[in-house]
Amino acid sequence: MSTHTIAVSRRRFLISTGAAGAGLSLGMMLPIGAHAAKSEKQPDEVNAWVVIHPDDTVVVRIARSEMGQGTLTGLVQMVAEELECNWDNVSWEYPTPGQSLERNRVWGNFSTGGSQGIRGSEKYVREGGAIARTLLVEAGANKLKDKPADCYAENGYVISKRSKKKVRFGEIASDAAQLVPPTEVTLKDPKDWKLIGKPIKRLDTQDKLNGKQVYGADLKLPGMLNASIKACPVFGGTVASFDESKVMKLPGVKSVVKVDDNAVAVIADTWWQAKTALDQLPIKWNEGPNANVSQADIEKSLTEGLTSDKDVFVGNENGDVNAGLKSAAKVVEATYHYPYQNHATMEPMNATAKWTKDRCEVWCPTQNGETALAAAADAAGLPQEQCDVYKIHLGGGFGRRASSHDYVRQSVLIAKAMPGTPIKLLWTREEDMQHGHYHPVTKARMVGGLNKEGYLDSLHMRISGQSIVAAIFPNFLKDGKDPFVFQGMMAEGDQAISYGIKNLLVDHAMRNPHVPPGFWRGVNANQNMVYMESFLDELAEAGSKDPLDFRRNLMKDHPKSLAVLEAVAKKSGWGQKSPKGIHRGLAVCNAFGSYVAACAEVSVDKSGAVVLERIVAATDPGHAVNPQQIEAQVSGSFVYGLSAMLYGECTVKDGHIEQSNFHDFPSLKIAQMPKVDTIVMPSGGFWGGVGEPTIAVAAPAVLNAIYAATGKRVRQLPLTKYSDVKIA
Amino acid sequence: MAKKIHVNGKLVTVSADDATPLLWVLREHLELTGTKFGCGIAQCGACTVHLDGQPVRSCVYPLSAITENQKITTIEGLSEDTNHPIQQAWAALDTPQCGYCQSGMIMACAALLDSNPNPSDDDINSTITNICRCGTFQRVREGIHLAAEIKAGKKVAKEMNSEQTETTNAVEFFDPNAASEQSSNALYTEVKA
Repeated sequence: MSTHTIAVSRRRFLISTGAAGAGLSLGMMLPIGAHAAKSEKQPDEVNAWVVIHPDDTVVVRIARSEMGQGTLTGLVQMVAEELECNWDNVSWEYPTPGQSLERNRVWGNFSTGGSQGIRGSEKYVREGGAIARTLLVEAGANKLKDKPADCYAENGYVISKRSKKKVRFGEIASDAAQLVPPTEVTLKDPKDWKLIGKPIKRLDTQDKLNGKQVYGADLKLPGMLNASIKACPVFGGTVASFDESKVMKLPGVKSVVKVDDNAVAVIADTWWQAKTALDQLPIKWNEGPNANVSQADIEKSLTEGLTSDKDVFVGNENGDVNAGLKSAAKVVEATYHYPYQNHATMEPMNATAKWTKDRCEVWCPTQNGETALAAAADAAGLPQEQCDVYKIHLGGGFGRRASSHDYVRQSVLIAKAMPGTPIKLLWTREEDMQHGHYHPVTKARMVGGLNKEGYLDSLHMRISGQSIVAAIFPNFLKDGKDPFVFQGMMAEGDQAISYGIKNLLVDHAMRNPHVPPGFWRGVNANQNMVYMESFLDELAEAGSKDPLDFRRNLMKDHPKSLAVLEAVAKKSGWGQKSPKGIHRGLAVCNAFGSYVAACAEVSVDKSGAVVLERIVAATDPGHAVNPQQIEAQVSGSFVYGLSAMLYGECTVKDGHIEQSNFHDFPSLKIAQMPKVDTIVMPSGGFWGGVGEPTIAVAAPAVLNAIYAATGKRVRQLPLTKYSDVKIA
Repeated sequence: MAKKIHVNGKLVTVSADDATPLLWVLREHLELTGTKFGCGIAQCGACTVHLDGQPVRSCVYPLSAITENQKITTIEGLSEDTNHPIQQAWAALDTPQCGYCQSGMIMACAALLDSNPNPSDDDINSTITNICRCGTFQRVREGIHLAAEIKAGKKVAKEMNSEQTETTNAVEFFDPNAASEQSSNALYTEVKA
């Protein structure tokens, strides 16, 4: 079996010697051109989560995907915490979804989205480590001729309390693997944690520094061909005809294939040859029913929804908002707009597939190996048991590779045209930009009523626009309602509103244009917090209140939200005299199980352009597994959120997306990047996500600071298109 | 057609159409896949390599424009043992997230440092235009400054390759365990991790 090392940490030598010694490690050594490594229990597999080789190398199995967010390292920390192994000996591997299927889903959910990587698996992952430790202690006690109750595990050894004799994990792992696992284990008290909560280095950095890290786009298999694809630019359109005779004689071209009813692919020796030929291929499209839909039509439909009674769902209601507004001392109203966004992962969509009538294998970057497997099996026309997916590090995910595996389906359909030949499908950036699953488009009409003291008593937030759930998971709709559209504004739970408002109504007029929506990092909290937090500043001004004071007044029953808000206010010096030329804006949010707040600081340069100086951000994720990685997520999330706020918009013309590449869908550069000061303040007792929540506060905090600096209230994004505010 | 080019210290022969961009010559003919495809129109910088020491975006640089005398350096040839000061600083700070843009980012930053041993923030702003969607810019900026110190001999990489990341100045961590021992008001007791 030929193997190809795809993901090697800086402990490479340990891993490769360990794997060579046992010859069984999977995942780190990616099987190529062969079936998956044996998925039955291995002799040195202590349990499903932990493999310990005779040389003490510990391999932790990780079902969730690493896409830059650091979950991989965090999950290994959590298993290792309970296992009591030596951290220097730790490495990791991905089990395949096919192996998980064979073993009755022993690794649980593979989904890596919704900031769930840690919080969605923390319990069973830690239990996996604890069970393995319990088995090792029993095996160690047997070896030391002592009772398990009189032995303990520490730093990769089992030690007898009485004799102080000890035995290495590597010596007893295969014995431990034979024992009966305990049905119950006690997890460590957080105060005893040694690895969780520490800024331990990532396990996946080294190969990202020298070009060795293999991404899906880089994969090379023996005999592999390459494919480039073009789908009908208009969503819902199909292929009418194409003339392959025009390109079949071009260098390297092997085949031209129709993929489903809406796309054409060229297969060639190299990808550049395939792409060059595809550019010259005459294709005629049937553009279908959406060929005349343009942005103005979508805007019109959403605007109608702002005041309509049709297809309206209530997300959160208390008190009597109509009565409250009627009796308010002052009523303020504003309408906000948030556009379509492409995920624009740096690595365009890609997948490599090999198909025969008996088996289909796919190598791909995916946020959910199980969904990728289902997509592959469906396209292959084979049961899932005869397919498998090998996950590869993602060049960005952000939700694009979570639920929609269109690229996996296409790769399998292409591979079916040449049975037995592995074919790598790689999208161009243009294809990626025009065939996304976009951050949904919405508008909101905000109406607020102030009492005579100038504080908020009544708020109606009418969201109008697209539902992701209706498009992707229609089964999750509740009597037609998409509960997730109210993210950050719900009555309770891990996406709840940060405030107590006497009379509140948050409702949603569902308006679903033909453009396919998707989960986009931060999801619906992004626009909801732009609407809510910007509008709160408008209300505070109308009530002649300081924005912090105005919010505090609503947060008496929201101590955790208040705590993060107070933390950013304190660190930024809110309320004190600000340095000359610095203007501030606040925002707070509760989403993905964490409490976050931001204070943005901007200045105006001599040319009148706004400079993003600094954002102070606080996160209370309950338990903080790796504070340095949280800092990286917070700081990085601002690049994503501010790119969208400043520049990002996908618009529709004649049924297709107008933007095609980074020249017309720009992204924030280092020159615009504000300094980010991150406060990680875990209050304990719960597990919140950290990859997404802070995106939601970036835009409104900056928008509020920009208003403070310029007097310009930007209600339609992206700012550089719909306002005359200039950004330095 | 066959052509000789000089890549990472070796003269190699490639058989590719003259119009093939250098990026695809590197990736598909020389199996140097460290250089990444991001946009194909020189917007994102993921494909940055050095041509005679200067950063170029190889996705729009046709093979025909390259002579045998020009020296091409890719991420694979930037250093032996991943020890260019930029790579050392990146390792110390755990700069990469998904890492896909980082080959190009590192090559752009290495070229900056090679021509300007102590770049200011303004120098960085005007020179580094690579796109990173994970948003690693804060560590990229810190990393360039750290690399300048490493290059000047003011910091030694060995000290920094410890188990824990070089704590960036930008994070405050309220360790609940440590804090609870010191104060009942755990959230507001500042304890450096």
